[in-house]
Amino acid sequence: MKKSKAVKISTADRTFYITADVILWLLVLLVSYPLIYILSASFSDPSNVAAGKVYLWPVGFSLRGYEEVFRHDQVWVGYRNTIFYTVFGTFINVSMTMMAAFGLSKRNLPGKNLFTFLFTFTMMFGGGLVPFYLLLRDLKMLNTVWAMLIPGAISVYNMIVARTFIQSNIPAELSEAASIDGCSDFRYFFEILLPLSKAILAVLALFYAVGHWNSYFNAMIYLRDPSLFPLQIVLREILILNQIDPSMMLDPSQQERLEGMADLLKYSLIVVATVPIMCVYPFVQKYFIKGVMIGSLKG
Amino acid sequence: MKQVAASASGARSVVKSKTTLGHRILRNWQIYIFLLLPLAYLLIFAYYPMTGLQLAFKKFDMKLGIWGSPWVGFDQFTKFFSSPYFKTIIPNTLKISIYSLIAGFPLPIIFALLLNTVRSTRFRKTVQTITYLPHFISVVVLVGMLNQLLNPVVGVYGSIGMKLLGTYPVDILGKADAFIHIYVWSGIWQNFGWGSIIYMAALTSVSSELHEAAEIDGASRFQRLLYIDFPSILPTATIMLIMNSGQIMSVGYEKVYLMQNTLNLSQSEVISTYVYKIGIGSSSIPDYSYGTAIGLFNSVINLVLLVLVNQVSRRLSETSLW
Repeated sequence: MKKSKAVKISTADRTFYITADVILWLLVLLVSYPLIYILSASFSDPSNVAAGKVYLWPVGFSLRGYEEVFRHDQVWVGYRNTIFYTVFGTFINVSMTMMAAFGLSKRNLPGKNLFTFLFTFTMMFGGGLVPFYLLLRDLKMLNTVWAMLIPGAISVYNMIVARTFIQSNIPAELSEAASIDGCSDFRYFFEILLPLSKAILAVLALFYAVGHWNSYFNAMIYLRDPSLFPLQIVLREILILNQIDPSMMLDPSQQERLEGMADLLKYSLIVVATVPIMCVYPFVQKYFIKGVMIGSLKG
Repeated sequence: MKQVAASASGARSVVKSKTTLGHRILRNWQIYIFLLLPLAYLLIFAYYPMTGLQLAFKKFDMKLGIWGSPWVGFDQFTKFFSSPYFKTIIPNTLKISIYSLIAGFPLPIIFALLLNTVRSTRFRKTVQTITYLPHFISVVVLVGMLNQLLNPVVGVYGSIGMKLLGTYPVDILGKADAFIHIYVWSGIWQNFGWGSIIYMAALTSVSSELHEAAEIDGASRFQRLLYIDFPSILPTATIMLIMNSGQIMSVGYEKVYLMQNTLNLSQSEVISTYVYKIGIGSSSIPDYSYGTAIGLFNSVINLVLLVLVNQVSRRLSETSLW
C-alpha cells in the first residue's frame, strides 16, 4: 500500500515538492546567515574582523570579544537590572492580567460590559506619549524602578487572550459547583482556576518577559541614572551610538587594533544579549505558538 | 415544624425571585475586588492621561500646570499643518506603512502554504523553529546587526562589495533613499516566519478528506494548494489585511528612531518619532503642547481608520473587533 502511494507521485508533483523544499531551504539560509555571521564574527580575531575576512566561520578563533564585553561594568549592571525588571515586571503583569481576566470571564457580572469596554477602548485611543510622560513626572516615578515596572502593567490584548482561555477551557459549572460547596471566589481563583490555567500562565509570562527583556524606549525616556539602565540601553549606547570607552580596551596603544576591537566587542555583545532568549526559545516555542493561536480566536 | 419549613422555603423563594441588581452585585463582591487593581491601573495610567490631551488646545505654562495653562484653541494644529515637517512626516509615515503592508503581507501566506506541503514533520519543525527565531531579537540588537552587517568597510556587505567591485560599496546606511528598503526588509526578515503561525493554524483545520477526494480526481499538489489550501486561509487573510490597513498611519517609534541618522532623516522622520522629539526628547525646551497636539492628530486619525476598517470588515466577513 505504502509503496503504491510512493509510486503514484507524478512528475508534476515531484517537481512541485522539490521546488517547495528548495524555496524553504533558501528562506532558512536567508534567516540564519546573519545570525551565524554574527556568532562567527564574535569568536574571531579582531584583526580579521576589521579586515572583513569573516564570511561564514570564525577566522582566527579568539575569545577576546567576550573578555572585552565582560570587562565593561555597565554591561553587568545592565544585565542585573534587566533581570530584575523582567522578573518583577513579569510578575506584576501576569498577576494583574489574570485578576482582570478572571473578573471579566464571569458571565453575569453586573457592569461587565462597561469594564470590558473600558479595557478595549484603551487599545484604540489614548493620551499619547507626552501626557503619559507628564503623568509619570507628576507621580514622581521618573528615574525610578517603578517607571520600568508599572507602565504597561496590563496589555489589554494579553488580557483578552487570557479571558478567552478561561472562558473556553474552564467550564463555568466548575465555579458554580465550587460556590455551592461554599468555596469563596478567592479560594476558587487560587486553588482551582490558577492550577488549571498553567498553559495560559506560561504564555503570558513568556510574552511579557520577552517584552521586558527587549524593550528600550521606556527606559530611554524615563530613566536618567545609568545605575538603573537595562541591558538594551547599554546596548544602544555601544551598538548604535558608538559610545565605547577607549580606556576600557585592552592595549589602547595599538591603535590599528582598536577599530577591529570595537567591532568585535559589538558582535560579542549582540551574542551575550540575545543568547538567553535564544537558549530558552526552542523549549518554550510551543507556548508562544499557543498564545498566538488563542489570540487569533475572536476575543 | 412544618410551618417553619414552609416559611423557610417561602423566604428562600422570595430571595430567589429577588435576584435584583443589588443582590447580584453583592453576591459578586469578591470579583470586584479582583477587578479593583486592574481598573485602578486603567483609570490612572490610561484614562487620566487622556485629560492631558487638553494640552493640545493650550499653551503649556510650567508654573500653571496642565489644568491652569491658558487655552489657545486650534493654534497648535494650525502651526503643525503649516510647518514644513507636516509635508515630510505624513508622507514618510504613509510610505513606510504602505510599503511594509504590500511587501510584508503576502509573504507569510506564501510561506505558510509552502510549508504546509512539506511531508516530513522533522523538516517542517526545523524550518518553523529557525524562521520564528528572529522575532525574539530586540530592536536594538536588530538595528545593531544592520549597522554591523551593512557597514561598507568592515561589514559583510563591505567585504562582499570589495570582492565583487574591487572597491568599498556605497554606504547604504547613510543613503536616505535606502532607509525605507532596509527598514521594511529587515522587518520582513524578522517577522515573516512568526506572521505565518496564524495561517498555519488555519491550514491545520482543512479537512484531509477534501485533499484525498481531489487527489483521486487527479489534482496535483499545486492545484490542491491553489484550490483547497488557499481558499481555506482566505478569510483569515482578509481579516488580517483589513486590520493591518487600519494601522496605515501608525509607524512605531522604536525601530525607526534607532535607524535614524543625520543623513537619512529626510526619509526616516515619522509622526511618532517627531512627537517624541518635540514633546520629550528635544535638547532644548520640550514643547509639551505642540507634541501633544501632533500626537492627538495622529490618534484621532488612527481611531477613525480603525472604526472604518472595522465596519468594512463586519460587512465583508461578518467579523469585527467589537
